[in-house]
Amino acid sequence: MRPDSLGFCRQLFVRHLRCGVRRVEEVFNSLVFFLMVVTLFPLGIGPDSNTLRELSPGIFWVVALLSALSVSGRLFSADFEDGSLEQLAVSGHPLGLCAMAEVLAHWVLSGLTLVVAAPVFALMLNMVPAAIPTLMLSLVLGTLCLSLLGGIGAALTVGVRRGALLLSLVMIPLTVPVLIFGTSAVGEAAIGYDPSRWIALMGAFAAMGLLLAPLAIGAGLRISLEQ
Amino acid sequence: MTGVETPLLSLREVAVTRGYRALLAGINLDIKPGELWQLTGPNGSGKTSLLRAIAGLIRVGVSGTIDRPETLLFQGHAPGIKGLLTPLENLQSHPGGLIEVESDRVREALAAVGLLRCLDTPVMRLSAGQQRRVGLARLWLSRSSLWLLDEPFTAIDRQGTTLLEDKLRSHCERGGAVVFTSHQDGKFGANLNQLELADYAAR
Amino acid sequence: MWKIIHKFGSPPWFFRFATKAVQWLLPLMLIALAVGCVWGLLYAPPDFRQGNSYRIIFIHVPAAVVALAGYYVMAFAGLVSLVWKIKMADVAMRAVAPVGAALTFVALVTGAIWGKPTWGAWWVWDARITSMLILLFLYVGVVALFEAYENPEVAAKACAVLSLVGTVNIPIIYKSVDWWYSLHQPASIKFTGESAIDASMLYPLLVNIGAFYLLFAVVVMMNMRATLLETHTNAAWLREAVD
Repeated sequence: MRPDSLGFCRQLFVRHLRCGVRRVEEVFNSLVFFLMVVTLFPLGIGPDSNTLRELSPGIFWVVALLSALSVSGRLFSADFEDGSLEQLAVSGHPLGLCAMAEVLAHWVLSGLTLVVAAPVFALMLNMVPAAIPTLMLSLVLGTLCLSLLGGIGAALTVGVRRGALLLSLVMIPLTVPVLIFGTSAVGEAAIGYDPSRWIALMGAFAAMGLLLAPLAIGAGLRISLEQ
Repeated sequence: MTGVETPLLSLREVAVTRGYRALLAGINLDIKPGELWQLTGPNGSGKTSLLRAIAGLIRVGVSGTIDRPETLLFQGHAPGIKGLLTPLENLQSHPGGLIEVESDRVREALAAVGLLRCLDTPVMRLSAGQQRRVGLARLWLSRSSLWLLDEPFTAIDRQGTTLLEDKLRSHCERGGAVVFTSHQDGKFGANLNQLELADYAAR
Repeated sequence: MWKIIHKFGSPPWFFRFATKAVQWLLPLMLIALAVGCVWGLLYAPPDFRQGNSYRIIFIHVPAAVVALAGYYVMAFAGLVSLVWKIKMADVAMRAVAPVGAALTFVALVTGAIWGKPTWGAWWVWDARITSMLILLFLYVGVVALFEAYENPEVAAKACAVLSLVGTVNIPIIYKSVDWWYSLHQPASIKFTGESAIDASMLYPLLVNIGAFYLLFAVVVMMNMRATLLETHTNAAWLREAVD
């Protein structure tokens, strides 16, 4: 940790956002992917709006989880290939903290855009409109959790060939609490209960993730650079 | 160069193994300010591994002690440059060691490597040689005294090679030290120290 | 304490220790397993509700208990490997993962077989079974990550980080699966709780849990010895120890 480490991380955050904005089609691609998968569900289970309404929290969160994991595979791969990661590792700044700048930028680009688009998808799945604010709130926290977990997975698999599938394999079991908290919150809001305990649990999970993920991500990236 | 100067970098009984396969053993080396070192050896002799071990990137399978300065400049095979950003943005927000990021200084450095006309072109539209030069511009901005360069002369034209050689020499004259790997023999003459890694191959 | 850690960290010492330990523990394990199984499967009284079908718990419960403990053993080895950089800890991690996965698998299969007469279905999304399945996924992830790396030393470090992340997460996963289950399934399906278990059933169960711990220790040590044989083929101490 050097005195200018936080400023350095702010620069990295901006750098990553700038790269993301210049490749904005990737953000759109993941939203289109989401849209397509959401479309597959009515085709698969039938158009009955009551069934869809009942299943919508689960469907939404499963798709969100899968799309979050599939995009987090890209989190460090460019940095790994173009040598930026080595530069970060020798910079003398804590690698985990540097990586958090990128994870947070990634979350802004992938997670928060999903939050903004969520009401449209929710209405397509016939979700109870009253549950939509809860859905969005739970998604803000949930996508943060998923970005942090995805960051850990990405850090561990970035140096490995065909790491994308491996990342999902390794991280899906760890995302189970996020799925349960998210679907329970939205599900309870849909039947008129107070979902705040689930949101609080998700918040606690996110807070713990923010504390511990930098350690795991930093260690993971150093291990990946050993190759 | 007096003999009593403290070395910038010192290696004591350093051995490198990769995946239970012993690569190098028994390396003792002191690099003092002003020295220019080339790591030579056939392919697979561990040049890159040793350089990465010196930089602290490889720790697993490295034994012995390596005393390195707190900050150093490392340039690997990949330049650490983002294709989506312009050379200016790249260096100003650069993930790197101790480097200067003031706009004027970055412009000067890019001018020194002959990229003044491409300041605002995304790096991915530049040629391979130009992209390497963006990475090398970091040498002009570095405030670290120890430079570790992995194959710095690849994909660079003759004029660029001369430029780089001059830069390395002047860095050493100002009390820095350079360790680089290369297949080619540069025009460094008597100032160049060589470490032949084939001599340290582990049995 | 340090002396012990360093002794275990030295491959020659560990190899000799494991060879001896397996010699003693293997017969002990076989006896315990035989006693536990014969006692449990033949002499323990039948359950008043489930009849004889409950007897599968003498395999199911020990496998499940040791499988979960195995994950913590693996994570502890990972911590030792990351903090003290002891190579034997890497070897231990690598040895534990497949054994733990196999025990989890046994627990799941016996759970399914038990489920058929008890619930009338091979697979029920019961909280405990679901948690077991997720534990299996966690093990599979560690094994897959290990296999993906080319350099086994680096692979061990990566798996160490992953298993530590898993360790932090396991209590949360278990708790959240519990909540999930109680949310969706009002507590109508409940089988005889372990708290109500009679001593005549408990003792053979405890014997078998002990036997499974021994089984785990023996298999892991044999596995570690195999890894050492593979990676130190040319070492002089190994030739000496084998001859």
